Amino acid sequence: MDASEEIVIRFFSQPRNFCAVRAAAEAAALAWRVDEVSAGQVKLALTEALANVAKHGYQGRTDQPICVRLAPEQRDGRPGLAITIEDRCKDVDLEKIKSRPLDEIRPGGLGVHIIEQTMDEVEYTTNPGGEGVRLRMCKFAGPLERNAD
Amino acid sequence: MSDAKNVVTTREDLDDGVLVVLSGEVDLVRSPALRSELMTILDASPARVVVDLSGVPLMDSSGVATLIEVLQIQRSSGGKLVLCGLQEKVQSVFEISRLTEVFTIVSDRDSARSA
Repeated sequence: MDASEEIVIRFFSQPRNFCAVRAAAEAAALAWRVDEVSAGQVKLALTEALANVAKHGYQGRTDQPICVRLAPEQRDGRPGLAITIEDRCKDVDLEKIKSRPLDEIRPGGLGVHIIEQTMDEVEYTTNPGGEGVRLRMCKFAGPLERNAD
Repeated sequence: MSDAKNVVTTREDLDDGVLVVLSGEVDLVRSPALRSELMTILDASPARVVVDLSGVPLMDSSGVATLIEVLQIQRSSGGKLVLCGLQEKVQSVFEISRLTEVFTIVSDRDSARSA
């Protein structure tokens, strides 16, 4: 990746900010030759990821920092993008970030599942500084790799 | 578009219930307003609630959660919830969440009146 192509957006955990950020991610995906359907999935996944940071990580606080990095990425000749979301949430157990059984018909708990189903690669790690979570997810043009079977 | 106002643009009485037309993205910002509007409608125990989503280009899991809550209330009171006019991106959220068999989803308002 050419570092000069990376787009970095820093904002506070006010959900009203998320609309502009996800629109930027969708526009970047299209600019980097991701197809329209996949770009829409990028937008949805980012929406879910930011909601999780705001609701669960920051527990509704609207004055906490979030950084989103967008960068072009390729896999097997397929154009795509990588989205990295960094927060400063404390005491997050990465093992507990997982989707719930879908046979339970109840409100809530679908965000992680939607992210996993719409993106090709999803990885949660702790920030290099030790505080906060880094979610890196990638999307490439064309059909989902994980749903290919 | 995340203006919390005007998520419900039209509310129309049906013979056996209420038709609600939504507009704009339904996300973490706007879902509480949608929930509030729908709960007010449910206070009157309508036999049928039709939610027209043709003006909704994006719905996240908070919007889906709101509709699941409405569905459960309707079912518990013997009423129906019918969704219609889903755009492709919104339809895909219900498919991904395996909810297309849980909700009654039809193509348009006319179908929803009799579904």
